[in-house]
Order: sequence, then structure tokens, then C-alpha cells
Amino acid sequence: MEILRYAIYRFGTMLLTLLVVSVLVFAIINLPPGDYLSNQIAELQATGQSAGVAKAEFLRQEYALDKPLWQQYMIWMGFMPGPHGFSGMIQGNFGWSFEFDSPVADIVGDSLWLTVLVNLSAVIFVYAVALPLGVLAAARARTWIDYTSAFIGYLGLATPNFLLALILFYYGHRWFDLPIGGLMAPEYEGVPMNWDKVKSILVHLIVPTFVIGTAGASAMMQRLRANMLDELGKPYVETAIAKGMKPSRMLAKYPLRVAFNPFVADIGNLLPAMISGSVLVSVVLGLQTIGPTLLTALKTQDMFLSGFVLMFVALLTLIGTMVSDVLLVLLDPRIRYEGRGT
Amino acid sequence: MRPLLSVENLSIGFGKGDSVVKDVSFAVQPGETLALVGESGSGKTVSCRAVLRILPKVAQLRTGRILLNTRGSELDLATLDERRMRDVRGNTVAMIFQEPMRSLSPLHRIGNQVSEVLWLHGRKSEREARKEVLECFERVGFPEPERTYRSYPFELSGGMRQRAMIAMAMVAKPDLLIADEPTTALDVTTQAQVLGLMKELQRESGMAMILVTHDLGVVANMAEQVVVMHKGRVMESGRAEPMLRTPAHPYTKALFNAAPEIPDEAVVAIPPSRDDLIMEMKSVSKTYTLRASKGWQAPTLIHACREVDLRLTRGKTLAVVGESGSGKTTAARIALGAELPDPGGEVLFRPNPDQPAVTVHSMDRAARTAFQRQAQMVFQDPYSSLSPRMRIQDTLVEPLEIHRIGSRAERRDKAADMLRLVGLSPDMLKRYPHAFSGGQRQRLSIARALMLEPALIVCDEPTSALDVSVQEQILLLLEEIRDRQNLSYLFISHDLAVVARIADEVAVMRRGLIVEQAPPETLFYNPQHPYTKALIAAQPEPDIDRPIDLKMVAQGAGAPDCWPEEFRFNGSDAPRLVNLKHLEPGHKVRCHA
Repeated sequence: MEILRYAIYRFGTMLLTLLVVSVLVFAIINLPPGDYLSNQIAELQATGQSAGVAKAEFLRQEYALDKPLWQQYMIWMGFMPGPHGFSGMIQGNFGWSFEFDSPVADIVGDSLWLTVLVNLSAVIFVYAVALPLGVLAAARARTWIDYTSAFIGYLGLATPNFLLALILFYYGHRWFDLPIGGLMAPEYEGVPMNWDKVKSILVHLIVPTFVIGTAGASAMMQRLRANMLDELGKPYVETAIAKGMKPSRMLAKYPLRVAFNPFVADIGNLLPAMISGSVLVSVVLGLQTIGPTLLTALKTQDMFLSGFVLMFVALLTLIGTMVSDVLLVLLDPRIRYEGRGT
Repeated sequence: MRPLLSVENLSIGFGKGDSVVKDVSFAVQPGETLALVGESGSGKTVSCRAVLRILPKVAQLRTGRILLNTRGSELDLATLDERRMRDVRGNTVAMIFQEPMRSLSPLHRIGNQVSEVLWLHGRKSEREARKEVLECFERVGFPEPERTYRSYPFELSGGMRQRAMIAMAMVAKPDLLIADEPTTALDVTTQAQVLGLMKELQRESGMAMILVTHDLGVVANMAEQVVVMHKGRVMESGRAEPMLRTPAHPYTKALFNAAPEIPDEAVVAIPPSRDDLIMEMKSVSKTYTLRASKGWQAPTLIHACREVDLRLTRGKTLAVVGESGSGKTTAARIALGAELPDPGGEVLFRPNPDQPAVTVHSMDRAARTAFQRQAQMVFQDPYSSLSPRMRIQDTLVEPLEIHRIGSRAERRDKAADMLRLVGLSPDMLKRYPHAFSGGQRQRLSIARALMLEPALIVCDEPTSALDVSVQEQILLLLEEIRDRQNLSYLFISHDLAVVARIADEVAVMRRGLIVEQAPPETLFYNPQHPYTKALIAAQPEPDIDRPIDLKMVAQGAGAPDCWPEEFRFNGSDAPRLVNLKHLEPGHKVRCHA
């Protein structure tokens, strides 16, 4: 019951944070001088295409870009009626992309959930690799197992992601017949979901997951190893051995539980790091994630598109933090009982 | 009779180094208690852990046998394979560790951690185990076993956690219990009660015990057999009684002489004169507000100090004695201006007899800087109170730099002088703290406090982290410096025996109140307050004819509303209801008139 109340409270604070983030995002995308349309108009006027200018002026009014900034923000968010009544983010209208000349929702469409998919599988990869290796490295500290995993880990950390991607593509294709680039075979693009499409996506996911996940996995493995080593020196470990516990069971029950906290707390940090870190990888690998879209949008000052993408990334981050906070409360009685006194 | 456990010619070493335990032999008879006595580094802990083979990975059992005769079979624990060793651990031989705070996992419920012993040794179903654990909890003195079963360690006090540890060790009914300094981290009255409990449980169950301790007082109260260890070797061993009466080995004798004792002869005590006070605390209270976990509940008020009046005469030592949570450290922090007293309290400080007193808690910047030159502190833990990244010279010179005293060369000379004064050599100036032992480090902290030539030093438990023989040396040093430089000490301690030798006046604190105050001779010879009596009774004495009087401890150490009628109080208005009453000159007791 208490945990449910905490989860609701945490959800509330997340919404509040998201509101603050939206102000920041809007401020940041309006920081550079000019906007997409005024740049466009200047360019059109210089080349003397007045028809285009008229269209740009129409769009400017259509999207309330002639209004003061704070009103633009309110209209964008949907807190204030714009030229077409309440029609903003919270009403589900994500705005118009000037660069692609179509609604933002259409452009990001598929890439939204593909982004979630790629990053989620990378996060799962990170945890699946880091957990056993970290524990093993700590339990066998200062043996060849420890040194080998540390060596591979540092190799993973130090190799640039795009280089790793290229290498994996080459050998993956040569030896395992893995596909090169993209997140699905071209014939499935735009086709409704079916079993073959899912299989195609899964096969295409292997290399990106590995590329995006390695650095995170090796960093997390080292952190978990260090935490575990700290815990292994604590007296309660001795107590457990003196009870007659098997080392493997003892390891899983006591030190791992304690060392697990920072591990869980990292979920929140992992998501944003991966999403921003995977932009370059997505460009190199030709993944249809949101990263390349964001890059284009920022370069061309396509404000509604970049605003939406930034908000989406912020939402993922906040959800990650919330999940890790709630998990921590579930895992650690000291946090759960905080303030109740001893 | 064959001994339950016999350790024969045991040698243990770390890595390639010399053996730290050399040729050690001892034997434990069924139902008896063997005390392994020694100072830190004597090898006593390593020897007892070798029995269960819970040693660091680099440790090697080099020679010797550890024979366990139990349940009709003889096992050599030194060579037994891991799987069968696990059957021994927790089942036939159980262990209790020194730090109850850290020896239980913070994330698992007490009940889970204790009943795990029964599950591991495959004897009980979960329900049976639970029932047995609850019985055991009741036996070790938990008032609500069910509740304890569900609690987490951080919800229990130190004494209660050690009881949980004892329950964990006892629940499988082992033949041998190894207790590694089980009460060192506890307050003296808690220690007395835990020792009493262990002895009682032992009598009931008939198990044998190895008690590792540095405290001869604990030995005298608990042991039938004693093994004295020093630098990895057995110095003397035999039955406790003759050895405690007439120790044969010079090292044992030295240990006895170093053990501080509460004097029990009446000496005519002269209370220090009151005409030249260096520090005066007048009705100082300190209340902390603990935020409630739920927004609508009223915050909890914690009265750390209530109406504390203390007066320290120049050149004398005033000791404040009490258990953890009694408010003694808060009082010291207020005296140094590190905390503000609640409105109405006042702390006056007079650095020179001919100067007017300054009020410590309302000083401007300049006055505060001047005050800090005059009042310094020596901390409890010499291991964490010196920066590991600063050379001794830098540590010692730093106060002079802060106060811009002297030139570079003068500062360095002064640091060298101070090292000589505390009994170290000036060529140690270039070393880092890790190159010093605990006792040497405490000398360094004293030297640092002396660098500014203060008039007042607050010593916060300066010897409680040290071995007995080192403690003796540090106390001697403090006395010598005090008399030579006319220093005044405010001495905070939980140990009455330490206070007995250094203090000119003692104030006993309990729950933020001073309950009794007198010169040490008066206080120890003629204690009036039940809590003072409990403290004195709980002090384990290395005298086999004076066992701890548990009844007296239990009565005095209980809550203030269980004290005899004339001392009883409860609630937060206690200081106004029950006053400190003068019994004789310089002897005050908090009781109803």
C-alpha cells in the first residue's frame, strides 16, 4: 500500500518535472537567433520567390510564430488556444515540421517505438552482461577471470562505437550472414506488423544492441565489481559464512543485494546516455531511430520537430528515473522506512 | 575427559611474511569458557577464526591441528574439506562478532537472518524454524519476539542487535560458541547485561565458549581458563582463578597493571575551588527537532541536554561520563561553540584570570578566532582524525598558519618541540599518519591540539579506541602536560575507570541530565544515584572476587521511571521537578528533596 502511494507521488513529481523540462526545451530551441521560417523567408526574398514568401507568412500565422514567446509556448503545449483553438502537445498535436513539410507525428511515427526498442534492448544487454560478469569478477577478484573481464571491458569502453559497428557489420555479415544497416529488411518498411517483420527486426537488432550496449556494460560491470568488493569485506559476509552458507548462495543473498542499489539507480542515467550516445551510431548504422531525425531538426532549426524529439527523450529519462526510484524503495528497507525513526 | 576442542601447535601466516600466530596450543573442555586475552596484533582473533577457517584469503594455516571432538567423532578442522566444514559452521561451532552494527545484513529481516541457520543445516521446516527462533528471541530477552522477527537491524539498538547475534549463534544449539570481542562496541551497562545473558545461556545449554577479549575485567567475570597471547605467542595459560590472583608471566603482570581500576578506598576529597573558573556552562539545554515521517504529525523533540550546569576550574579536569546518547558529546560541542545552546543557556569562557569572561555562543568573527586559539579538541578516533594525505609536519603547522603565528622556520621548530613533548621524535615530521600506530597517532592529535598553546582542551573519549597499555600511556601524557602547562581539560568518556584517575571532578549524565556530580573519590566511594551505582557495578573488574552485580546494573540502567521513588522522573519537565541536591560540599545528586 505504502509503495503504491509512493509510486503515485513519484508519478506526480515526474509530471511536474516534465513541465519544467518543457519550458527549458522551448527556451533552448528558441535561443539561436531566427527560426526556420524567418530564415526561409530571407532566403526566398533574396531569390525573389514571392509565392513561397506568402506561404511562409501563412505558416507563421498558422503556428502563431508572430506572437510573443510565452504565448508561443502556451500554444505549443496546448495551455492556450492558438489560431485553431486548443491544439498542442497535451491534446496530442505535436506540431508541423517545416523541413519535411508534414506533421511531426507522421515523421517520427515508426522511429519513436524503434528508438524505444533499440535502447531498451541495449539496456537489457547492459544488465544481462554486467550482472554476471561483475559478480564473477568480484568473487574471483585478482585472478585471471577478473583480469580478462576487465581487459575486455576496457577494450569495449575504449573502442569508438562507430568503429565497432563497422567491424561487427563486416564480420557479422561474413560469418553469420547478419544483415547490414537498417532495423528491418527494406521490403518490410511501411508494411503492417507480421511475424516475418518481427523476425527481421530481431535479426537487425543484434549488431546495434551490441554496439550501443558494450560501453555501458563494461562501465557498469566495473562499478558492480567495485561495489561488490566493498561489500565482500563487510562483517555481515563473515557472519553468513560462519553460519555455514555456501559461498555462491551467500554471494547472491547478501553482498549482491546491497551492491545492487547503485546498479538499479543507474537505470535512470543509462537511458539518456544511450539515447544521446546512439545518435552517431544510428547515423552510421542507418537505424531508423529518432536520433538522426533530431540531428537534422536541430541543424535546420525545425523547432517543432526538435522540440518534440527533445521532449520525448526527456520523458524516457524521467520514466527511467521513476522506475529506478520505485525499484529502490522496493529493494531497500532503509529507504522505505526513512523518517520513521529507529 | 577429552577436550571438546584442542588446538595443537597452530601457526598461521599471511602471504610470504612471518607467521602471525606461532605455535599456539590450547584446549576447551565441554561446558567451559576459555578466554583468549591480548592486545591488538596479538593474534588472538586470527587464532579463533582459524577454528572456523574464516580467515582472509591470503592467510595460510602453516602447521598444527585443530581437533573437534563432538557427537562421537573427531574432526581435524585444519584439513577438513569445505563441504563438511560448512556443516560445522553455525551448527556445531557458532560465532559472534565484535560489531553488532555491521555484522547483520542491513537489508534482511532479523527473523530471516536468524532462522536461516536452521534452514541451512536442514533440520527444520520453515514453520518449525520460525517457532524455534521466536522461542530463542524470547530467551535472549526480546520483549516482543514476533516484532523482532519482522524488524530490520537498523530498527534495533546496539545491545539489541548483539542479542540478535547471540540468538543467531545459539539457535542451532552449538557445542562451542566463539565470541570475538562480543561486548567491546557496547556501553558498559549493556556490556554487563549481555555478558550476564551469555553466561546464563551457557549454563542452561552446557555449551563451551571461546571468549576473545582485551579486557581482563571481562575475563574475571566469564572465564574458567585463560590464554594470554602476545605477538602471536602464548605467554601464559591455565585456570583463571590462580592466574588472576597471581599472574606469573611479566606480560600478564603488565596487562594487569595497565588495566584502569575504580578505586574503592575512601579518600577525603577536596572539591576544586570555584574562584578561578575557566569555563562555565549555565543551564544549557539543547533540543533537536526530528521531522515526522508523515506531514500531519507533530515533529519529535529530542532533548540532548537539559539544564546542564558545569563549572571547570583552571588547571583542573572535569569529566563528563555517560553512555551513548546521554548528551555528553552535545555538551562538549556546545562548550566549544560548535553548537548553539537553546535560548536561556549560557557558556562563559575566561582565557585569563584577569580578563573578563566572553560568551562563547555570541561571539563576532574576531572573538571567535581568538577563542579557537584558546580552546582545542582531541578526538576519539586517531585513525580518522588525521588527514592521511598530509605529512605530520603540515598537520601540525596548519593551525599556526590559519592563525598567522610565527615565521615558517618558527612554526617548524614548534612542531618539532611538540613532537618531543608528546614523546615522539622530531625526525618523524616528514612521515604520513599511516606510518604510526594507534597510540602514536593519538599523541599526534594531542600535539596538534597543543600547537596553539590553548588554555582549554576538550578530550572526546581520547583513549577508547586504544589498547589498555597504550591507554595508560596516553592518560599519563595528558596528566603530565596538564600539570606542566596549567591546562584545563573537559574530558568526555564512557569509562568510569579511565575517568577515575585523571579527573578532579566527575559529572554523570543520563538522558541529557546530570544525575550526579562529585570528585571521583567521593563518587566511587559513596555513589548515591542508582544510575551511578549501575555504572560502577557494570564495570568489569579484573578481580575474580568481585563479579558484576547484575541486579544493580539492571535497576540503575533502566528507564528513569523505574528508579527508586526518590530519584524517579519522567517526561520532559524533569529538570524542574527533580533538582540537583547538595549532599555534602561538592557532591550533588538529582533526587526529590
